[in-house]
Amino acid sequence: MAPASKLSQGIKRASRSHAYHRRGLWAIKAKHGGSFPKAEKPAAPAEPKFYPADDVKPRTPSTRKPKPTKLRSTITPGTVLILLAGRFMGKRVVFLKQLKSGLLLISGPFKINGVPIRRVNQTYVIATSTKVDISGVDVSKFDDKYFAREKKQKAKKTEGELFETEKEASKALPDFKKDDQKAVDAALIKAIETVPELKSYLGARFSLRDGDKPHEMVF
Amino acid sequence: MPFKRFVEIGRVALVNYGKDYGRLVVIVDVVDQNRALVDAPDMIRCQMNFKRLSLTDIKIDIKRVPKKATLIKAMEEADVKTKWENSSWGKKLIVQKRRAALNDFDRFKVMIAKIKRGGAIRQELAKLKKASTA
Repeated sequence: MAPASKLSQGIKRASRSHAYHRRGLWAIKAKHGGSFPKAEKPAAPAEPKFYPADDVKPRTPSTRKPKPTKLRSTITPGTVLILLAGRFMGKRVVFLKQLKSGLLLISGPFKINGVPIRRVNQTYVIATSTKVDISGVDVSKFDDKYFAREKKQKAKKTEGELFETEKEASKALPDFKKDDQKAVDAALIKAIETVPELKSYLGARFSLRDGDKPHEMVF
Repeated sequence: MPFKRFVEIGRVALVNYGKDYGRLVVIVDVVDQNRALVDAPDMIRCQMNFKRLSLTDIKIDIKRVPKKATLIKAMEEADVKTKWENSSWGKKLIVQKRRAALNDFDRFKVMIAKIKRGGAIRQELAKLKKASTA
């Protein structure tokens, strides 16, 4: 029978000296010249000058990642949309693609109704069931950065100039944007002219008249 | 002044209230003073209050509570569908349905067409006026 680790309650099998020998600390001591190697204590932080009155847990930053905006199933590339708010309220425009920010990229086309390549929010739009063929249009170069505002250069004003009305340089549209508009619209207008009356439809604004029940209208 | 459309077995009626609104049904039996048993080719036979039915001019020749196949055959022989679609009432309903289903582009095209038609009528009228005064 193998020797049991204890003979009775509280009485170990190995004697004090036997247990010391078995543990082998004497070998480690001998290896390090007589004493047990002491681990270096990490430097203790200096006593802070200020202790806050209440124990407040520091807020952990949020790890929430917002989901990409869901595009309404009725809105597909080429859909004619009716804008409901803003400068172009009531205009019928063509939807090109959804940008990464969730906004919709649209174009009038500019020649037909004066709406340039623009971003618009889904919620301010009615999607009609009319579709335009936009297979010939290349919209890969448009993203949210294309529409970013230009940062104003702030010049230090002298005291005299502070009271003068500031003459802001009028912001003209850069030429490359005009060319982009023309490129997109050329393909769009070709597709629109194949459908009879679609051009005048896009040029007209939408409005409600007496007797119209929008909740019963099919768009 | 005398009544022309009677509640009788074989009378075709239009449902004007409820889940089956707009459906053409045939009265196949009378339950009591207020209710009729109605049937249609694409519907399960059920009872309906007379208040939910609008009687039409069309009547078909059937016996009390016919089998479904007999009913369908009688309806085909009487040609209920074409009679209904050619009646002014039936035509009105078809136009109403078509108008309700128009989409925004269609409504625009209708508006343009109406304007063109009005313009053509006015031109003709002006010609006729000129001819009558000349």
